[in-house]
Amino acid sequence: MEKTLTIRNLSVSFSTSNGTVRAVRNVDLDLYKGETLAIVGESGSGKSVTVKAVMGITSNNQTIESGSILYRYEQNENWTERELLKLTHNEMRQQINGTHIAMVFQDPMTSLDPTMTIGMQLMEGMMHHLHLSKQAARKRALELLELVGITDSEKRMRNYPHQLSGGMRQRVVIAIALSCNPDILICDEPTTALDVTIQAKILELIKEIQEKTGISVIYITHDLGVVAKVADYVAVMYAGRIVEKGTVDDIFYDPRHPYTWGLLSSMPDLSIDNSERLYTIPGSPPNMVNLPAGDPFAPRNQFALEADYKEESPTFKISDTHFAATWLLDERAPHVEMPVSLRRRIDAMKEGGVSHA
Amino acid sequence: MLKYVLKRILISVVTVLVILAVLFTMLHSMPGSPFNDEKITAVQRANLEAKYGLDKPLPVQFYNYLKAMLAGDFGISYVIQKNMPISELLRARIPVSIRIGIQSVLLGMVIGLILGIIAALKRNSFLDTFATVVSVIGVSFPSYVFAMAMSYFIGFRLGWLPLLYSTTDAARSTIMPTISLCMFSLATVARFARTEMVEVMGSDYMLLADSKGITTLRLLGVHGLRNALIPIITVLAPLTVELMTGSLVVEQIFAIPGIGSLLVSAIQFNDYNVVLAVIFIYSIMFISVMLIVDILYGIIDPRIRLAKEEKR
Repeated sequence: MEKTLTIRNLSVSFSTSNGTVRAVRNVDLDLYKGETLAIVGESGSGKSVTVKAVMGITSNNQTIESGSILYRYEQNENWTERELLKLTHNEMRQQINGTHIAMVFQDPMTSLDPTMTIGMQLMEGMMHHLHLSKQAARKRALELLELVGITDSEKRMRNYPHQLSGGMRQRVVIAIALSCNPDILICDEPTTALDVTIQAKILELIKEIQEKTGISVIYITHDLGVVAKVADYVAVMYAGRIVEKGTVDDIFYDPRHPYTWGLLSSMPDLSIDNSERLYTIPGSPPNMVNLPAGDPFAPRNQFALEADYKEESPTFKISDTHFAATWLLDERAPHVEMPVSLRRRIDAMKEGGVSHA
Repeated sequence: MLKYVLKRILISVVTVLVILAVLFTMLHSMPGSPFNDEKITAVQRANLEAKYGLDKPLPVQFYNYLKAMLAGDFGISYVIQKNMPISELLRARIPVSIRIGIQSVLLGMVIGLILGIIAALKRNSFLDTFATVVSVIGVSFPSYVFAMAMSYFIGFRLGWLPLLYSTTDAARSTIMPTISLCMFSLATVARFARTEMVEVMGSDYMLLADSKGITTLRLLGVHGLRNALIPIITVLAPLTVELMTGSLVVEQIFAIPGIGSLLVSAIQFNDYNVVLAVIFIYSIMFISVMLIVDILYGIIDPRIRLAKEEKR
């Protein structure tokens, strides 16, 4: 399997009036061709900042402290490598965005230009990057609208965003993202702003497109139900750091980090007996300006060891695909099992073979 | 769209008629008459009034006035240029006023937009501060302050530009009046443009458009400016009013033979027909600007255009 995106040791910080916020700390991630990577975490965990760095979307007060983002793509049967962090803003826009890496944003209600027709918004990227004539771009735009499941595409081309429903707009946004044949599609909480019935349809649509085009997808989400449905590989982020990553089976059936335990326990589940209260992780995410010494999750962690308050844990390798950053995996640590209720839940999921969502 | 425009024009015509009727009544109920001269006897005054039809009841006078006006006859001036047809009086004066007006609107809009957009793109830079200072000055000083300051420093001390309007040097003569008149619109547009552009630049659709990788020019010009323009156009109408009132004084300062200075002297001399004619022209200008603003709205913002079409 070919790696298409390799993020190594990425650290991003923001300078604010209150001090420096280290939004992303030493993130390592790999994306393989045709696979789906899901980045999970609470608000402010740094998941959006990570992918925005991949897209070259930066804000003025942002500094990339360290790291590399290596993008590999196949061109004329050769694999070419680009270091994205070394490209200027213009080079990113001209050579990478749209054509190689495209993004679907969170809120379809606001992410389309209200003064331009759907058709033109679809066509402008193609006309610019693929140098298509207006007719050719139009033809392809119609095909794309069909691909994302919009009927009467001829009419929709002439429509303005306000004439479309939220679900349809998100389909259009996806069509725009796909218009220049990117290798990587980044979806930043693509279903958060949509209602539940539409959510499932959009997820299915992205999956379908992935099967048809072999595109690699990065999902950003805080919804583990979405992760279970779409992801091959999962990275769990907390306070700017990846605390656990592994295949979707690693994360859902064999979670090792107490934060992942907490996330899984707090997932509502209809398939098991729900006589007990739904678990919530106590406390709230730390203030990123003054991160406490040691593991930022320690104050909320009922399994925290003394070491957690002193120093952040390194990342331990559990298997070739599974990594977690918790002192519990250190050989000196006492043996700690995941909470019993979560164990029962996972066992039930394994036996039933039902979907995790 | 066409039906909408026609409807708007019809409404405008009615508006102008109402304005005329109100003005006509107000002017005639003002104390005094065009023949306020102590040397004129009562008989002479009655004769004069009979000659010009001023002895008839007000509605009849108004009817006669309208009838003649529709034929392009605004009557004659009683005082300022005795017995001269007003249409002729205006014909000589309108072009220069319109020229200065259009020059100031264009200059104010264009420079204001550029200043505002640059300020928005380079936020908190030197240029941003500069734009803010310019807008504060432009909004807070009335146009005649600029007019007087410029005529003293540039016209009198430096002697670079003519102090007073001269028909032989018309182009250069209009520079100072244009600048002093445009300052307010320039400042207002710059302020609006900055606020709107900052908001538009931070919007999700700009992020999406940017992530398509299109050129910066297209990003700013097509996606950014068009969306930022919608609220800016709204201020065009009040700016025109500001421009008209400003022109009354500025035309006096530079001795410009325009309709602004004509209106001022016509009011002083109770020259009914001239006052009416000039105000009629001002109303038409203002109403056309409103009409243009409404049409521009429809062109720029599809949400407004389509909503209007759906209503019918």
